[in-house]
Amino acid sequence: MGWIGETVDSIKSIKIRQLLTQAITLGMIVTSALIIWKALMCVTGTESPVVVVLSGSMEPGFKRGDILFLHMTKEPIRAGEIVVFNVDGRDIPIVHRAIKVHERENTGHVDVLTKGDNNDVDDIGLYADGQFWLHRHHIMGRAVGFLPYVGWVTIIMSEKPIIKYILIGALGLLVITSKD
Amino acid sequence: MHSFGYRANALLTFAVTILAFICAIASFSDNFSNQTPSAQIQILNINWFQKQPHGNDEVSLTLNITADLQSLFTWNTKQVFAFVAAEYETSKNSLNQVSLWDAIIPEKEEANFWIQISNKYRFIDQGHNLRGKDFNLTLHWHVMPKTGKMFADKIVMSGYRLPNAYR
Repeated sequence: MGWIGETVDSIKSIKIRQLLTQAITLGMIVTSALIIWKALMCVTGTESPVVVVLSGSMEPGFKRGDILFLHMTKEPIRAGEIVVFNVDGRDIPIVHRAIKVHERENTGHVDVLTKGDNNDVDDIGLYADGQFWLHRHHIMGRAVGFLPYVGWVTIIMSEKPIIKYILIGALGLLVITSKD
Repeated sequence: MHSFGYRANALLTFAVTILAFICAIASFSDNFSNQTPSAQIQILNINWFQKQPHGNDEVSLTLNITADLQSLFTWNTKQVFAFVAAEYETSKNSLNQVSLWDAIIPEKEEANFWIQISNKYRFIDQGHNLRGKDFNLTLHWHVMPKTGKMFADKIVMSGYRLPNAYR
């Protein structure tokens, strides 16, 4: 009985107000990060304003682990632009350069063929069966800026999920045990 | 307030902020470079000009490309990607751009070059519109920085024409 009394006392001694404040502060931090991300999506016009380069097909310009800033406008794709695209049925975005562009007269519809700078052949082998050209809806954005090495954090976290859990666990512990 | 954790955190935040600031300044300084590239392209020979089994025209050319892109290099440049594209108009397509050749130029010394090659990528039309076609040859370049914003521009050279008959 004394043990139950002790437990109840210790639960009562957790200051509810402090706990709620901490929870709300955490919620504010997470939601403001979300707001910044969504605002970036609006400004750049693409669903993912920042992508990590995953393969070496654009070396030596972009190495694995670099991050690219994307931007998308209504302007049609032109040859030489570095585009990030998704092939139907695959969810990994590919970053390559447009080498051939054919724009239809009336509709403005564009056929694009891409190739990685470091590859010997163009990307027809990467497209879906029977697909020879990329169209506007496959393309997520054009690369306009670049930062080296910063993307390694994301690559490590997605290839070894353990590290992700350790990091989040450690962050959670820090938040809970901080005396502020 | 003076524990190792707090100090390490403050140091790390400051270091990352300074690094981001330096990257932004480096990229911004690229706007001030004075760029005067020049180029000339000659078509030495039309190797062959045929209609493929699917009905699309294809032509093979030998090109002589001379260019001086040294002024594009700044201290923040990692490489310059240069390519030559044939640009033309057909009745079905308002713009066709077909890349014929490209090269990666990693250093300033290699940016002043002269090269004679046949087209690296196949010049294939969507259709059979290439006979007697006037087209432009454009030298595009893409400056890829060590950090920051990428710049691209081009020189358009016009006045090229394909033969009127297949050969």
